[in-house]
Amino acid sequence: MSETKQPKLDLSNLKAGGFIKERGKDLFTIRLRVPGGRMSIPRLKKIADVADKFGGEFVHLSVRQSIELININYKNFDAVVEALGEKDQKVASCGARVRVPVACGGCEYNPNGLVDTQKSALEVDQKLFGTPTGHHKFKVAFAGCPFDCPKSATNDVGFQGAIEPVLDKAACISCGLCAKSCVPKAIVMGADNKPELTPAACIWCGDCVKVCPVSAWSVKKQGYTVRIGGKWGRNPLVGTLFATFLPEERVCEFIEVVLAWYKEKAEAHGRVRLGDIIIREGSQAFLDHLRVTFPENVVSSTIPPQVILTQVGN
Amino acid sequence: MQSIDLRGVSCPTNFVKAKLALEDLENGTTVQILLDDGEPVKNVPRSLKADGHKLIGLKQTEDGHYLLELVKQEE
Repeated sequence: MSETKQPKLDLSNLKAGGFIKERGKDLFTIRLRVPGGRMSIPRLKKIADVADKFGGEFVHLSVRQSIELININYKNFDAVVEALGEKDQKVASCGARVRVPVACGGCEYNPNGLVDTQKSALEVDQKLFGTPTGHHKFKVAFAGCPFDCPKSATNDVGFQGAIEPVLDKAACISCGLCAKSCVPKAIVMGADNKPELTPAACIWCGDCVKVCPVSAWSVKKQGYTVRIGGKWGRNPLVGTLFATFLPEERVCEFIEVVLAWYKEKAEAHGRVRLGDIIIREGSQAFLDHLRVTFPENVVSSTIPPQVILTQVGN
Repeated sequence: MQSIDLRGVSCPTNFVKAKLALEDLENGTTVQILLDDGEPVKNVPRSLKADGHKLIGLKQTEDGHYLLELVKQEE
């Protein structure tokens, strides 16, 4: 050990976050960015090799889909980054930044997916990952449909795939499957034995389109339902509805507009999440800000992020 | 008419059984498939449609099952 030289560390790696102090002396966890939870098999093999050489006996899959290398001696930081061959890539962030987006498998191979969540997650990762917020962490998630496996509304901005259905009455064979499958009962069979849709009750899940055996129901409009202001942790908030049918290609722009408002309104309030700022400023003020850029998508009224009392009960 | 009885078979085994049964038939053959209410009737028709078959009817039977009628169409 006496031969050990002072290691030269590239501290810009540290600044990007993703190096997390462990209990043991000199040991750190390195969090590797896996946007949307999708990882190519060659990269997975390479990570396995690096973990085997520099890490402990296992890796950990973080709850936000990143792979974490465990028990990395800080003196090996640069060697690990070099061995991963991802020098150009930042490792996954910690701190008051836009975090790696989480996403479900999306529509490519999952028959439930209504939108391409993987594409959205990659785009947000490339354009916005690591952007400092100045205040607190900022999490984004993409769910491909209202089943919402990624729990989008527990994120600062949560996107949920949605479609508006439209019926071709002539093609309908009156089997009644759509009405039967409609969880919120927005579709009922009418007197003419054809389905009738009550738009106000619809959650845009697309189950009618998916279940229709003859494609009488089809997609009229698609995009993301956007809920904002969610978080979990010690004081959970569930994000509430701010926009509907946001086009997939406007996701990054939308997040940037949200971030601009957050940066400004949270000024001087310290380490505070977006949801608490919306509660402080009022959801109407935030809606007005969003409506300037997204008049077709922002809802006319909403409620602030909702406090969830998780400590009630004896 | 050819008939495939998938009552009592759960998802996705019912779909796989339907695929296997359809494999033995000529394209253009009309088939009746008997399905349970609930998940099977929601899933199997849409999966068979996605495989390229032409679905022509779906009716509830008196005893509460579903009768799916389709024309086999596969490459």
